[in-house]
Amino acid sequence: MNKKQQEPLFHIAKRGALPWTKTWAIRGGAVLLALIACALITTFVTGENPLQVYASIWNGSFGTSRKVWVLLQNVAMLLCVSLAVTPAFRMRFWNIGGEGQALIGGLAAAACMILLPGKLPNWAIILCMTLSSVLAGAIWAGIPAFFKAKWNTNETLFTLMMNYVATQLVAYYCVVWESPKGSGNIGIINPNTQLGWFPQIGSYKYLLNILIVAAVCLAMYVYLNYSKHGYEISVVGESERTARYVGIKVDRVIIRTMLLSGAVCGLAGLLLVGSTNHTLTPTIVDGRGFTAVMVSWLAKFNPVWMILTSFLLVFLQRGAGEIATNFGLNQSFGDILTGVILFFIIGSEFFINYRIIFRRKAVKEEGKPHV
Amino acid sequence: MFDFISFIPRAIVQGIPLLLGSTGETLTEKSGNLNLGIPGIMYVGAISGGIGSFFYEQASLASGSFSPTVGILIPLVCCLIGSLLMGLLYCFLTVTLRANQNVTGLALTTFGVGFGNFFGGSLIKLSGSSLPSVILTATSNAFRRSLPAGSQGWFGKLFLSYGFLAYIAVIIALCAGWILHRTRTGLHLRAVGENPQTADAAGINVTRYKYYSTCIGSMIAGLGGLYYVMDYASGVWTNDAFGDRGWLAIALVIFTIWRPNVGVLASFLFGGLYILHMYIPSGMNLAVKELYKMIPYVVTIIVLVITSMRNKREDQPPASLGLPYFREER
Repeated sequence: MNKKQQEPLFHIAKRGALPWTKTWAIRGGAVLLALIACALITTFVTGENPLQVYASIWNGSFGTSRKVWVLLQNVAMLLCVSLAVTPAFRMRFWNIGGEGQALIGGLAAAACMILLPGKLPNWAIILCMTLSSVLAGAIWAGIPAFFKAKWNTNETLFTLMMNYVATQLVAYYCVVWESPKGSGNIGIINPNTQLGWFPQIGSYKYLLNILIVAAVCLAMYVYLNYSKHGYEISVVGESERTARYVGIKVDRVIIRTMLLSGAVCGLAGLLLVGSTNHTLTPTIVDGRGFTAVMVSWLAKFNPVWMILTSFLLVFLQRGAGEIATNFGLNQSFGDILTGVILFFIIGSEFFINYRIIFRRKAVKEEGKPHV
Repeated sequence: MFDFISFIPRAIVQGIPLLLGSTGETLTEKSGNLNLGIPGIMYVGAISGGIGSFFYEQASLASGSFSPTVGILIPLVCCLIGSLLMGLLYCFLTVTLRANQNVTGLALTTFGVGFGNFFGGSLIKLSGSSLPSVILTATSNAFRRSLPAGSQGWFGKLFLSYGFLAYIAVIIALCAGWILHRTRTGLHLRAVGENPQTADAAGINVTRYKYYSTCIGSMIAGLGGLYYVMDYASGVWTNDAFGDRGWLAIALVIFTIWRPNVGVLASFLFGGLYILHMYIPSGMNLAVKELYKMIPYVVTIIVLVITSMRNKREDQPPASLGLPYFREER
């Protein structure tokens, strides 16, 4: 019995709620550290002056007015997918199928654009596109939700697999509708008639998208924070047992929320196909379904903060892309930097939720270890 | 007539990276860590091995002293170190810092795929090749060397025609299955994945088990990447060539209902499904091929649904999968 019990050097305790200024100070600090780390890595790889590296990051997003618009458009699209997955996350339903849900929405929109011209006027085509892509996204998300609600099927894995089913489905239709024949991709749909293209506001190609997403963001904020549905979602997320106890029908909430989640993803797909790219490829969503998970989580599932986090991620991605071009590195360098930054931000959450209590230097009489 | 003698070995060769990836992921998931970074880790494993062998080949081929043993050992060690570091990073963030596992995993995948493609691109630049790929023939030949009977008769072709990593993959999977279900360590590991509170109360060091299983799992998965480059792709690294095999490996974990020994045959089946589209005569209709590629995922979903419907206790995912463990939390 001579094993000496020692108090560990430090222990970890959960923090109460921090004021938001402090939490954002911690996150800001993490981003700052991440940027320093990124600059060090870039300097190490390229031998360039770190200040120049920062200048290129800035230029990548704000260099020209075109770049600013591209930045805003990318923020809007990422925000849209992030908004879509958020209600599900709030009830701890890990929907990582945003990619597939947006793709299938885009597929539905493209289908309308390709098959309907000649049968319907332009406004009816756009209406059909909207309805069908929202519906397609909702169905794609509703399938895993149904199985989760009925048989408690693991939703993370299910939605993940649905992404690839959607990708292959789109790849299939890309070959079916290929134009010109043999090219294996669809190309711009209706390039001459512009049927099914969303109207452009003035000379700003991306303004409509941005406005739509802003409206969705506001609506989602109100829905989650001020509606009965939003309240039910929060209760289910906090504790499913409590929800059941107070008479919330948990399976109905799960299915309803996922239908909504999928519908907004479908909308994102619609905007990508109908308004931005006017084409469909299996990679059109460009990993946003996965990035959205991080955006939403970093913002603590708050739609308004998500504007900031999605902006941050897009800003960094475009900046990293610019570094890659300027210094003759390949584009994947951007992914490395994004990864590093994410690791820092993910790690910083720990310091928001927990505090480290170090062992006190002088051990008090009553705190003496038992011998 | 369907040509089984040529189909099966190709399916197996396709299946081995998936087998390694899924064995690694199964070990990880059994400790309650849902590591969605596996695709990234496999990339990192592949490129680390690639970098190691690239420099060894450059150095040794110039002086004409290439030794197959060293040529195998260097990439192997590099690959293990690379994927171990990725596993440690994942563990540090999710176990020590208790970050969300899905987010960490996805970030790890972004990072890993970027890492692979970036350094792959750099190697291509260094090698000064006109093709967008690096070719490591000498190393690959060492990895692909099969038994002398490998090319003779249907038996040799089916069973003896593979490089040594393929056999190691099968052995690792069988060992993992045995350890998980037949040893005390495996029992403890499963306890950690099912209910860390209880395991902790029983005196099992939850953190240590999570770290060990995740890091070992990452190293096994990294080997899958190495096998892909050195054996399957004959030492040719092309950016993005690895594709979505990492996700397929995660699918395979579900398909095998968390049993690595089932994974041996299941991975060959998946490998077969992955290349089935090349063997089924679809004539001029290229589109249908894309639908065939969907089969592995659809099959996985069906298995996932059926196991949850049957609700048999031993077929369920580990109960605390994806949840962080904090002792003071109730």
